Amino acid sequence: MTDPNALYPPAAALADEKVHPEAETALEAGTEAPPGAPQERDKPRSLTSDAWHDLRRNPIFIVSAVIIVVLVVMAAFPGVFTNKDPRFCDLNLSRQSPSADAWFGYDVQGCDVYARTIYGARASILVGLFTTLAVTIIGGLIGMIAGFYSGWVDSVLSRVLEIFFGIPLLLGGVLVLASFPSGPNTPQLVTVGKVVLALAVLAWTSLARIMRSTVIQVKHADYVSAARALGGGAARILRSHVLPNAVAPVIVYATIVFGIFIGVEATLSFLGIGLQPPVISWGVAINDASTYIRQSPHMLLFPGAFLTVTVLAFIMLGDAVRDAFDPRLR
Amino acid sequence: MATTDTYPSPEAAAAGHAPLLEVDDLQVEFRTRDGVAKAVNGVSYSLDEGETLAVLGESGSGKSVTALAVMGILDSPPGFVTGGAVRFRGQDLLSLPEDERRAYRGRNIAMVFQDALSALNPVFPVGWQIGEMFRVHEGMSKKDARGRVIELMERVRIPAARERVDDYPHQFSGGMRQRIMIAMAIALDPDVLIADEPTTALDVTVQAQIMELLRDLQRERKMGLILITHDLGVVADVADKISVMYAGRIMEKAVVGEIYARPSHPYTKGLLESIPRVDLKGQDLSAIRGLPPSLTRIPTGCEFHPRCPYAQDICREKRPALLEVVPGRFSACHFAQEVLDDSI
Amino acid sequence: MGRYTIRRVLQMIPVVIGTTLLIFVMVWALPGDPFAGKCGDRPCPPQYVAQMTEKFNLNEPWYVQYFLYMGNLLQGDFGETISGMSVADELARTYPTTAKLAALAIFFEIVIGIGAGVLAGLRKGGFIDNLVLLSTLFFIAIPIFVIGYVSQLVFGVQLGIFPVTVSSEATFYELLLPALVLASGTLAYVARVMRTNLVENLRSDYVRTATAKGLGRRRVVGIHTVRNSLIPVITLIGADFGALLGGAIVTEGIFNIGGVGGLIFRNIRLREGAMVTGAVTVLVLVFLLVNLFVDLFYAALDPRIRYD
Repeated sequence: MTDPNALYPPAAALADEKVHPEAETALEAGTEAPPGAPQERDKPRSLTSDAWHDLRRNPIFIVSAVIIVVLVVMAAFPGVFTNKDPRFCDLNLSRQSPSADAWFGYDVQGCDVYARTIYGARASILVGLFTTLAVTIIGGLIGMIAGFYSGWVDSVLSRVLEIFFGIPLLLGGVLVLASFPSGPNTPQLVTVGKVVLALAVLAWTSLARIMRSTVIQVKHADYVSAARALGGGAARILRSHVLPNAVAPVIVYATIVFGIFIGVEATLSFLGIGLQPPVISWGVAINDASTYIRQSPHMLLFPGAFLTVTVLAFIMLGDAVRDAFDPRLR
Repeated sequence: MATTDTYPSPEAAAAGHAPLLEVDDLQVEFRTRDGVAKAVNGVSYSLDEGETLAVLGESGSGKSVTALAVMGILDSPPGFVTGGAVRFRGQDLLSLPEDERRAYRGRNIAMVFQDALSALNPVFPVGWQIGEMFRVHEGMSKKDARGRVIELMERVRIPAARERVDDYPHQFSGGMRQRIMIAMAIALDPDVLIADEPTTALDVTVQAQIMELLRDLQRERKMGLILITHDLGVVADVADKISVMYAGRIMEKAVVGEIYARPSHPYTKGLLESIPRVDLKGQDLSAIRGLPPSLTRIPTGCEFHPRCPYAQDICREKRPALLEVVPGRFSACHFAQEVLDDSI
Repeated sequence: MGRYTIRRVLQMIPVVIGTTLLIFVMVWALPGDPFAGKCGDRPCPPQYVAQMTEKFNLNEPWYVQYFLYMGNLLQGDFGETISGMSVADELARTYPTTAKLAALAIFFEIVIGIGAGVLAGLRKGGFIDNLVLLSTLFFIAIPIFVIGYVSQLVFGVQLGIFPVTVSSEATFYELLLPALVLASGTLAYVARVMRTNLVENLRSDYVRTATAKGLGRRRVVGIHTVRNSLIPVITLIGADFGALLGGAIVTEGIFNIGGVGGLIFRNIRLREGAMVTGAVTVLVLVFLLVNLFVDLFYAALDPRIRYD
């Protein structure tokens, strides 16, 4: 499991290609069509509409988007996928293999694995969603401030960034959560909230960096100087110039990191320090199943497969979005 | 077609031997997602010892691509040489297998590029990079190579060469870096030096110095120099003859002196007229209207006709061949004589 | 180079102070009961509370606490569990095994990761390239404990090639599978970054110059391109080392390895917060140190950084 802090700057890791420079000049040499030639490009297309146009045809995008939609539905309305009660457990059925009655078999406690796997989606999606939102907002704000108001503000914030950067995500998560343990009596919302908070506090740095460098780049652009000369205030410039430029890398990063957070949460739950019963989570299920891995692998494999597919879907989605937004592929 | 297009130098023609470098009806295309771009569409020129040929054109005219094809370093894919020949002392380089071809590179034909900062490897000292020529091609020892490198650096007038031999490219100024590239290129005394926009990225005063250096080196070593540029000013002092390129073809060939006073092609005329002149201060700047075409959709007939003030129907239908208008002057225009006359 | 080293070391100091302060705050100084979770499932016995309050000066203002805590850290005292076990002693006992595991994992990361990246980059668009791109995506996405259990199941239980768990001896052969599992995510990352860098560098102007100089392909790629491409990968390996340490907790837990990770793994289950926080703090400090070395190594390779 990789640290999202290592995701940036090697942001190019998941992207490819670059239009060949000579071909570029050859093609760039003017778009005015000679008289008599068919009119092809009638109106200018923006980067986002170009990106969307490409995305719609990308099979990876479609597949991962569909998977994610299904998962979100699963999280919101688990009843659609199963009518069994994930909390109804009969010890007599303990560790039984998959059958027509129970597609994924039963776990150690005799609970239906399929039902628990379906209901487990909710915890993962919620943690992923809230953590990503928190990281985007916190990181985005701090990055924007640091980039815009350079000078001592930037220096201080950059030092803070470095400090948080020094704590790897998983290790830090263990640290924080070990100090604020949850037990079977803690309300589910609190348990989930603790995990979200712990991860958000440690993972906002990468997004802050992305935002900060975007702001710095845009700040020095000529059109921003022009806007300032025309009397544009900070808020306006941030809104009209900085944000549109930041949208693409932020979306790409947020999508990928969503998947990574789900993975990290599952790992923490697996360790016994993240989500805990009574919260139903894939990580917890895998933890419980681990002692019987030899005898009853089904208890581990099904939640494991769901977890893997979920994380993969988000990362591949982010990959596809990045390729679509990469102007070098035009 | 060949005989009317090639322009052997009078000396070579008189001596009856093949020119030093001859490009004969070269065709290069780029196959990309957006279509096939014909970057070089039948280009021919020749070069002799001690001669300087200036290849003039805007971006996209194909002037750099031609040079890359001559060197054999075109990125393929997406670029492909689809026709023509490149002859060095009579030997067709395009027909040679790669390892034989490579023997010519650096040793007989060398190239200098535009942006020396990106053209030099940032993580190796400049001395090491120049020395590579000696160590790899001639098997020289590190010590001997180092000595030669310092000599070279002094020759291209890099001050304190001995102390700076182990410095890195980013520690030099733009002009110095260009000199380093030149030193690297002339290290093995090549017969032909191709300089692709060697001064475009430099300040005007530094430009002059670099051009002077190139001219000196050429005279000293009797190299043939191909100067690729879009800057008419640079050409005037240094070149013997000039070929003007547009949309992958040569539009006009001439000896340098005459082309400035009396261009015989509307494109050249347009270029000359678009140079701002002090004595015309206060008047509108004149520019060639329109834009260069996309090389995937080159206009029918004459490539320049959509922008040409002399254009008639025939220009849209029939592509003009490069023909001799006046002895020594070649132009690819149906109305070359009119253009010539208009300048008197 | 020397000046740069001193500069970096000096820069490190505030970061180390800041990080340890942050950890300290998170563990001991946030509002709430500082002893929650430090003594297993039960509330801490009063003597322990009294003893630790005395030892860590928990009645003093937080900056005094931090100062004294750092003092203890520097003297090698990382605290004690209620049973009186010294965290430092346990760490000393377990770190050699983890060091072996980590070294093996890094070795795989470098050799397989860089190797695969280079192969993929050289034959871009080919079969190997697509294979590498696809497989690395999987290994990055799949959480390490899933990879761990599946490999344990397949290679250990079913195919029997590797031992399912690692004995207290922790021989190299026993550590091979765990090291591969540990390295899987970071290795995949390294391969991708190496590939992308190589592809980009192969298109760069200086490679064109090198080819124009008449140098052969092998030299152009091997000497000119690889070195330039390696440099960012070095930074990546350093930054990812943190993930490696975190992953060690999981891997050592799954394969029952008696290293620092296993120590943390077991003590999480036992709710021995003191041991967990002490050991993790040490790991974070190790990470910072490793990053410092990686930075210096990077500067040694890329002259542009040094001469800033």
